[in-house]
Amino acid sequence: MSGHPTPETGQSPGGRHLGELKKGERARVTGVDERGVVTTLPEGELERRMIEMGLVEGSHVEVLHEAFPGRDPIAIRVNEHTLALRRAEARAVLVAPAA
Amino acid sequence: MSVLDSALPPRIALVGNPNCGKTALFNALTGSRQKVANYPGVTVERKIGHFVSPLGRRVQVIDLPGTYSLRARSPDEEVTRDVVLGRFSHEDSPDLLVCVADATNLRLNLRLVVELKRLGRPIILALNMMDAAEKRGCRIDAAALSAALGVPVVPTVAIRRGGVQPLLEQIDGAMAMASDAAADAAENSAPCGWSEPSSRDLRAYHQEVEGLLAGCVADAGLPPLATRRVDAVLLHPVFGLAFLFLVLFLMFQAVFAWAEAPMNLIDGAVSGLKDWVAATLPDGALRSLLTDGIIAGVGSVVIFLPQILVLFFFILVLEATGYLARAAFLLDRLMGGVGLHGRAFIPLLSSFACAVPGVMAARTIENRADRLATIMIAPLMTCSARLPVYTLLIAAFVPDRPLLGGLVGLPGLVMFALYAAGILSALAVAFVLKGTVFKGAREPLLMELPAYRLPNPRDIALGLFERAKVFLARAGTTIFALMIVMWFLASFPGAPEGATEPAIQYSIAGMIGHALEPLLAPIGFTWQIAVALVPGIAAREVAVGVLGTIYALSESGDALQSSLAGALAASWSLPTALSLLAWYVFAPQCVATLSVVKRETNGWFWPAVMFAYMITLAYGASFITYRVASALL
Repeated sequence: MSGHPTPETGQSPGGRHLGELKKGERARVTGVDERGVVTTLPEGELERRMIEMGLVEGSHVEVLHEAFPGRDPIAIRVNEHTLALRRAEARAVLVAPAA
Repeated sequence: MSVLDSALPPRIALVGNPNCGKTALFNALTGSRQKVANYPGVTVERKIGHFVSPLGRRVQVIDLPGTYSLRARSPDEEVTRDVVLGRFSHEDSPDLLVCVADATNLRLNLRLVVELKRLGRPIILALNMMDAAEKRGCRIDAAALSAALGVPVVPTVAIRRGGVQPLLEQIDGAMAMASDAAADAAENSAPCGWSEPSSRDLRAYHQEVEGLLAGCVADAGLPPLATRRVDAVLLHPVFGLAFLFLVLFLMFQAVFAWAEAPMNLIDGAVSGLKDWVAATLPDGALRSLLTDGIIAGVGSVVIFLPQILVLFFFILVLEATGYLARAAFLLDRLMGGVGLHGRAFIPLLSSFACAVPGVMAARTIENRADRLATIMIAPLMTCSARLPVYTLLIAAFVPDRPLLGGLVGLPGLVMFALYAAGILSALAVAFVLKGTVFKGAREPLLMELPAYRLPNPRDIALGLFERAKVFLARAGTTIFALMIVMWFLASFPGAPEGATEPAIQYSIAGMIGHALEPLLAPIGFTWQIAVALVPGIAAREVAVGVLGTIYALSESGDALQSSLAGALAASWSLPTALSLLAWYVFAPQCVATLSVVKRETNGWFWPAVMFAYMITLAYGASFITYRVASALL
């Protein structure tokens, strides 16, 4: 469910989301929160999909490529695999700078 | 389980993430003993094969569409879920699940294994692509993983058939245990207990996977650097798109260049056969049926086999290398301009070969509106069945004049324009549909970009073999039957005594053609075209065969020697030919496409809409083309 407690969510210092990372930036996932993301999916679905594709607390991500035009969608490395997603939906993934 | 069921061979299902090498493993296990219930290009349906295990057990294998979770998001993933859970009414759940996991990407792959383990079914884990994992310095302790998971683990390299023998032995062992268990307890066939995991459950699976990895993987190895370097170019905003268009251009160029020699061979063989039959049999109805009906008709369709195989060769190779997902990534934003999902690229590309697998490949698009929009425009992509018509008319009417210093020819340019017209009108239709009936946000894009891989020639060859089988079966059944019917309609009743016109004028086909002529006269079609269009709805390429039969039956004496293209050039005006080309850009799709759309959308409504809108566009385009061309030329 979307109400899963993610203590680091939102107001953590330097609270950014995956959607705003630039090419080459690395980060660590601190939470998944789909609120505020416009989607066709039922509630809780985007969050579950993100987790299934490896975007879960603790994962290491790096923005590898940006498409054209508008630097969107983006291709990111998630631990060992590569994932393509749009910046709009990447907003649901909260990140902190890689340690 | 009933007594009857126990006589059936045991069934195993291959389950795993997309791109984990499931299909390669399936091919390694079953070889050519497989029956594909779907079309190649993208695995969208179950493939069933069988093999004989080392203990002499005949085992049935099902290859299922790749999935990341049993929480199916799209129709193709629902197939996987329903087979695994035994939800299909006519069959039990498989006796054994062989989970295929990409050893180079264990974290994501083990997540599904952990979920499947919860079902309590017998499982074997095949750690595929072990060679690639070892090359990267990845060290996986298979024995420890097996102990931690509580299931047998077999390292495999399916693409080179590595590890298949140990896997077969494991399967034998598991089968023996499964049948013992079945003898002990009759509830083997009870449906699996499974409920959709919540995000909390998913996080728990993830934790479990992290624990497994910590215990069993000594060294995670390096990420695939080669793929990353290649992607730096192929996913570049400028070079990447340029490369994609270059690949597509080469693909269509090859369809013509590579296919030319084999097509000439087939052409020669067909005319040789025709001459031989004509020389062997006495003049009469039987000879006419064989030469004018069957050999001329079926031959004019079979000749396009090389082009279709070249097209499928490209699609299969692009798929196997992992490039198709990149193309979807590159085009997502551009296709978003008309409201399409990046994933729609794959069904649309398949539609260049045939709209039937294209419509089926749209199953990978979860959102119904996105999926319907893709299905509705798929037949506007110029399918290979339209190639015969284009090729024939271009050969008849377009002079072979080199342009740009011989770099491209005028015929090639016209062909390109016809393809472009199909693509542009598809985009326009998609734009209108997404702005009206299919309003709403697009489905999210969440797509794995697999590491690049060299395709295995054997898997490509199997795919092409399957495609050739489907095409020739069609030529041998549907088209064969239609040709006999058309020959009959075009030959009876015969010409009356003292008739001045060719006999076909007086036949049933002639009457049908003449009856339709007033309707089609405004767009410049002759009665011969009208006759060809009717069976052309059953299968587009038949139109060429019918024209072949009609003109073969209309000619006499010297004219008989000339080719069909020559006959058309002599009897049609240029505006008529252009009008027919325009018609075929939008041609009302064949019956096979309409029936697959009916199946995929669960009803007659969408196929009816498709037929109506395409025939309207076709008539309109032909009308404008004919009128404009007549005024100008």
